[in-house]
Amino acid sequence: MSDLEQMYQQVILDHARSPHGRGLVEPTLAAVGESHQVNPVCGDEVRMRVGLEGDRIASLTWEGQGCSISQASLSVLHDLVEGTTLDEAATIGDAFRALMGAQGEAPDPATEDLLGDATAFVGVGRYPARIKCALLGWMALKDALLQAQKEKS
Amino acid sequence: MFPDVRSDFPLLARTAREGKPLVYLDSAATAQKPTAVLEAEADFYRLHNAAVGRGAHLLAEEATEAFEGAREVIGAFVGASGDQIVWVENATAAINLVASGIGAASDGIGDEAASRFVIEPGDEIVVTESEHHANLIPWQILTQRTGATLRWIPVDGKGRLDLTDLDSIVTDRTRVLAFQHGSNVTGLIHPVDRLVARARAVGALTVLDACQTVPHVPVDFPALGVDFAAFSGHKMLGPTGVGALYGRRELLDALPPSVYGGSTVKSVTMAFTTWLDSPQRFEAGSQPVAQAIGMAAAARYLTALGMDNVASHEATLGAKLRLGTSSIPGVRLLGPVGGASEPVLGLAAVVVDGVHAHDVGQVLDDAGIAVRVGHHCAQPLHALLGVHSSTRASLEVYSTEAEVDAFLDALSGVRAFFGKKGGVS
Repeated sequence: MSDLEQMYQQVILDHARSPHGRGLVEPTLAAVGESHQVNPVCGDEVRMRVGLEGDRIASLTWEGQGCSISQASLSVLHDLVEGTTLDEAATIGDAFRALMGAQGEAPDPATEDLLGDATAFVGVGRYPARIKCALLGWMALKDALLQAQKEKS
Repeated sequence: MFPDVRSDFPLLARTAREGKPLVYLDSAATAQKPTAVLEAEADFYRLHNAAVGRGAHLLAEEATEAFEGAREVIGAFVGASGDQIVWVENATAAINLVASGIGAASDGIGDEAASRFVIEPGDEIVVTESEHHANLIPWQILTQRTGATLRWIPVDGKGRLDLTDLDSIVTDRTRVLAFQHGSNVTGLIHPVDRLVARARAVGALTVLDACQTVPHVPVDFPALGVDFAAFSGHKMLGPTGVGALYGRRELLDALPPSVYGGSTVKSVTMAFTTWLDSPQRFEAGSQPVAQAIGMAAAARYLTALGMDNVASHEATLGAKLRLGTSSIPGVRLLGPVGGASEPVLGLAAVVVDGVHAHDVGQVLDDAGIAVRVGHHCAQPLHALLGVHSSTRASLEVYSTEAEVDAFLDALSGVRAFFGKKGGVS
């Protein structure tokens, strides 16, 4: 598999074609946070909304536009993070950021289990210019969770 | 027959990913440099380096002579004299120098001569919808600073300036008309004569962004009749870190500087400063001396090739590029194909149906082809053309027909690459 094919794995293209969690939903929860992130290089953008139930992320939806990498990453993020606790989401986010920094090195089996479909993004780490695409949604998540927690406290 | 100049450009000998031949089609972003430029810059450091404009020693004399000689060369390259050229770090700085100078004059800075630049509430500044952000934002800020109003000339669906309502957009309230010579997205060369004629009729200053034209077609600013014009070194085969502002001499001598420091002053007391004439009044602090000398070497290199020859070489290749892209199914060329009656620069920005520009660029990169992806610092124009971003291939003197073929071939395969894997919509 070439570097290019390794980046655009089938699972990424599938997520990009029919992304999960797309379409903002107004959660009927006490603590709601929203974040708007833009990649200034290309103008790609995402608006993400999270709703907390205690320390559980009960709802996570987004709206945005961008390249297949950014859109697929958002879709995978939704699948991985919705329903988790704040601590679990932080662990997953850290693992994904580490994957992006690994320059294409495959993660250990435990990380692979944790990241599931997101492991397919390993090839993106070989292309420094594309790491930002993959991280766009994860930046929005971090920010949206902060907003939600502010609202809670 | 245009000469094969590729061996003049050392970088073109290197390979791209996985040893593939490099097809460099991103010259509108920045051009590669010929040995003549690299050597001119290195020779300055090797043999003549000294502070310019001061010092009584031999090296200072040589450095000053080379620096001022470069100014003459750049002036001559655009039909002007050296004293109409101000060194700046890039074209963006050149436009900002004019906008900030007008802002300073409007704040009451400068002598009696500066009053001609004063802009007040009720005045208008006009740009076009086709502008690069560098020729839009400084004017947005100037209107905010002065209370003037920003207006713009619209474009049609192909990115052509729509001059139907020119007379009601550029009026006697217009103080500045700022516009690009050639578009970095559609490649269109705009009708400078009509715009200048209208600006003159109403007494407005004209500011031309000539970044995309100076490297590629013969340009004569005095003949175009513009008041100010900006262009950069790195897009015309010269070094980064240097650009030039052209201005009509009487205007340059009246415009107040907006960056203040050494080497710009006639006299300084504790309370007050008077400035030197242009260009020195604008060149505060140490200047990009080696870069200016490198930029002059680039102008000499292009002059030796002949700008008419350069333009015709790039027009031939550009026509193939634009015609080629526009005939690939699922690929949309931004702007008209162009031709004799509608001059277009040697570039093509395209949108591939259902595939994001970043993804297009990635597939091309895999084939060793370097292009620009994104909005090319022209977000309003992209929005007006109904797209978010595009993929742009742009030509230079060293571009070849084989490279255009390689680009068209790879571009034709993009949808298949994504399609065969399920497609991305």
